[in-house]
Amino acid sequence: MLIYLARRVLAVMPVLFGVTLAVFSMLFLVPGDPVKMMLAEFVTMPDQIARMRAELHLDEPIVMQYGRFVGGALRGDLGTSIRSRRPVTTEIGENVGSTMLLAAAAMAVAVAIGVPLGLIAALSRNSWLDVGSMAIALLGVSMPSFWLGLLLIFVFSLHLAWFPATGGGDLAHLVLPAVTLGTIASAIIARLTRSSMLEVLGQDYVRTARAKGLAWWSVVVRHALKNALIPVITIFGLQFGNLLAGAVIVETVFSRPGLGRLIVGGILAKDFPLVQGTVLFIATAYVLINVLVDVAYAVVDPRIRLA
Amino acid sequence: MTAGVSPATQAAVQTSTLRRLARQRGAVVGVLILAALALVAVGAPWLGARNPIKTSPREALQPPGARFLLGSDQLGRDVASRVMHGARISLTIGLISVSIALVTGTPIGLVSGFYGGRVDAVLMRIIDVLLAFPGILLALAIVSVLSPGLNNVMIAVGLANVPAYARLTRASVLTAREQLYVEAARALGGRDAFILVRYIVPNVVAPLIVTATLGLGTAILAAAALSFIGLGSQPPQPEWGRMLAEGRDYLREAWWISTFPGVGIMLTVLAMNLLGDGLRDVLDPRLKH
Repeated sequence: MLIYLARRVLAVMPVLFGVTLAVFSMLFLVPGDPVKMMLAEFVTMPDQIARMRAELHLDEPIVMQYGRFVGGALRGDLGTSIRSRRPVTTEIGENVGSTMLLAAAAMAVAVAIGVPLGLIAALSRNSWLDVGSMAIALLGVSMPSFWLGLLLIFVFSLHLAWFPATGGGDLAHLVLPAVTLGTIASAIIARLTRSSMLEVLGQDYVRTARAKGLAWWSVVVRHALKNALIPVITIFGLQFGNLLAGAVIVETVFSRPGLGRLIVGGILAKDFPLVQGTVLFIATAYVLINVLVDVAYAVVDPRIRLA
Repeated sequence: MTAGVSPATQAAVQTSTLRRLARQRGAVVGVLILAALALVAVGAPWLGARNPIKTSPREALQPPGARFLLGSDQLGRDVASRVMHGARISLTIGLISVSIALVTGTPIGLVSGFYGGRVDAVLMRIIDVLLAFPGILLALAIVSVLSPGLNNVMIAVGLANVPAYARLTRASVLTAREQLYVEAARALGGRDAFILVRYIVPNVVAPLIVTATLGLGTAILAAAALSFIGLGSQPPQPEWGRMLAEGRDYLREAWWISTFPGVGIMLTVLAMNLLGDGLRDVLDPRLKH
């Protein structure tokens, strides 16, 4: 098990190295002079440009700049936001909780809707229940999250006044954003649960369990569902990344504080250190979450470790 | 699949593919919706009674009715005309982004899969790094480098999907490369370029068609999302994502401003998904999951 863990962590190192390189080079891919672009709204005196360049260490050789970037990131220093003059790490720290909470709540919603929907569809294959469930899932895949968010605000905030429309903080503010983000993700989980369940139901051990006289429901729950959910769990990591990225949009819809609002604000204000730091943070978190999912998967299913 | 067969057989295979597609109810619905959308998109300048960007403040926030079929927005612009022009913009965005992804991703996958070895290792490590940026994050990062705007959003969404096409193409090439007919062609002295074009590419086309069709929907969705958060189209462009963002502030007084562009996006993406699913069932049942 430890060997597997070590192998998995080692395998991810080059990817993380590449991610830092990609995020680092963002500044150099900007057409024109990034410093002038960042300062454009303020003043453009030559000495100010020079000072900013020195502040961002842009006057050093590129290799040294990269070393400084990675070294800083490892120590938890992602530079200073140009707009707020505060450390990027502080800005991320203040916003990460809100986004993580939203992603986790959305995941719960997605599973609570997606798994039963996929299960119902698989168990009543080709009936109107199956067709109906999959039609709902198809609508979910095609629905823009920002429109669903607006519809929910329209119904549950403006008309029924059950939940607040915008802002963050308490649980009431979490409900609508989590439902918005989770409903979209549930469609994918429903489709996967259905196809995985159909595959498992065709297996010999399910037929054997039925043949020895076990009740249908007991077979479904104890034999089939348990195995059918394995592929669903593997896409957890992937889905969690999508939820983090999807939070960018949903946070804007509900004016909810979080990493997404931070990035979008940073892009609009041309605050490159802030954008780079936040993008690096999300990508790294995504990669590490996937390692955790893989490891958890190996704990549950020994076949993976041996492969 | 269709490699090395006579034109007559090839035509027969194509007809049967179309016929099987016509039996897929979902795909037919998808094609019908898309045809209607394309008609609206092309005909928008003539179908839309009013100029989509002309404001008339005195007629602001009119509900749907005889004067304004789908109502008017906060500046008195005709929502119906704007939604129709929006179809034009969104379909263009989808086509251009997917083309960028195809034209960049497919060659990478072909080279990587066909030559293997060190070339493959290097290219796939780069792709792995790009895949570490989940969902819309890569497109966001690219927009931040290129600066916001509709053209840059198209480029960003296109480039963000390159890894998916490169991976898919590579996987198809890897299976095709091991086929006996490729070995035979090589034994007969066929050169790499010839083998690639004549025997490998035809095997890659079917999964690419399926993915590109589904990709059109995702690209339109992503671009609309970027416009919604203010990084894409700029006012007064009648772009669906942008219209939704503007309608957000008038949700209480005028639901129609944001509702109809929302329906537009959903119908378009739904149609692409229906057609894509149908094509997959017909062309490449292995991709079913």
